[in-house]
Amino acid sequence: MTEPDDTDFLTLGARRFRSRLLVGTGKYRDFAQTRAAIEASGAEIVTVAIRRINLGQNPDEPNLLDYLPPERFTLLPNTAGCYTAEEAVRTLRLARELLDGHTLVKLEVLGDAETLYPNMPETLKAAERLVTEGFEVMVYCSDDPIQAQLLEEMGCVAIMPLASLIGSGMGILNPWNLRLILERIRVPVIVDAGVGTASDAAIAMELGCDGVLTNTAIAQARDPIRMARAMRLAVESGREAWRAGRMPRKFYSADPSSPLTGVIGRPTP
Amino acid sequence: MSAEIPPTLTCRVNGELLSLPAGTTLADLLRERGWAGKRVAVERNGEIVPRSLYAQTAIAEGDAIEVVVAVGGG
Repeated sequence: MTEPDDTDFLTLGARRFRSRLLVGTGKYRDFAQTRAAIEASGAEIVTVAIRRINLGQNPDEPNLLDYLPPERFTLLPNTAGCYTAEEAVRTLRLARELLDGHTLVKLEVLGDAETLYPNMPETLKAAERLVTEGFEVMVYCSDDPIQAQLLEEMGCVAIMPLASLIGSGMGILNPWNLRLILERIRVPVIVDAGVGTASDAAIAMELGCDGVLTNTAIAQARDPIRMARAMRLAVESGREAWRAGRMPRKFYSADPSSPLTGVIGRPTP
Repeated sequence: MSAEIPPTLTCRVNGELLSLPAGTTLADLLRERGWAGKRVAVERNGEIVPRSLYAQTAIAEGDAIEVVVAVGGG
């Protein structure tokens, strides 16, 4: 058995990563659990949201970044909650200042609060602006190959189509669209949103996706730390299976694995 | 008039109306709130204020200031 080789990196803009699992930091019980789950997931890239500091906040209240030091993890600030290009761009400018000039970001511009489906016209507008301003944009988008191509042409460093609605855990609902995207897009394609359990992550990787981003599936599992480990293994397994190249499907044509000859009690041919 | 009321200014911080002594800088505001030295970013009237300029940025009447932090998210 060979180990996964050392040359299989996920390249995002100027950075290289060994782990192909990206995880969110929302919905955990506390920061200690957040950190423990992220350790178990093996993720190197973790998403964070940017929010107003609470005016009444106790100054001694712990901060997420105390548990996720930027020296140890690549923090990926997102624009969750933004519904216009303008809000998203403002949020990421603040994020860049907050993280000392960090430029790798996750852009998401939402369409409505019920579906959290991306608003693609606003997403495209924001992506163009951010690329011009020197951001390395990883972009949450619909699983539409044409939109994906437009975003790649603009210079986004990763295309991140949804597999199903954010937080739904419904898994990979349209593998055929993901395949269309994978056939056309040269930058990494990372499934973002909808992964519910380990097999969903493995399926995404077996399709040829370059990575998986998940938050709720880990944070809302009964045992988040164990699910984080399951996701790590699933992403690694799916990646290895894709690299190994699966056998062709042969419908209506069974083919035994054991020899056809030498069965006891038969005349020899 | 001897008992002069010190002049104040009104601004919005994270959407809330605040009354501050005139001449308050961003550095003063952050210190007074206990946010000095924390990982925050500040926007004033839609423009980012680099950390290095907090001490020399005086808050003006009517300013809209946003102070943000990183929180858990997906």
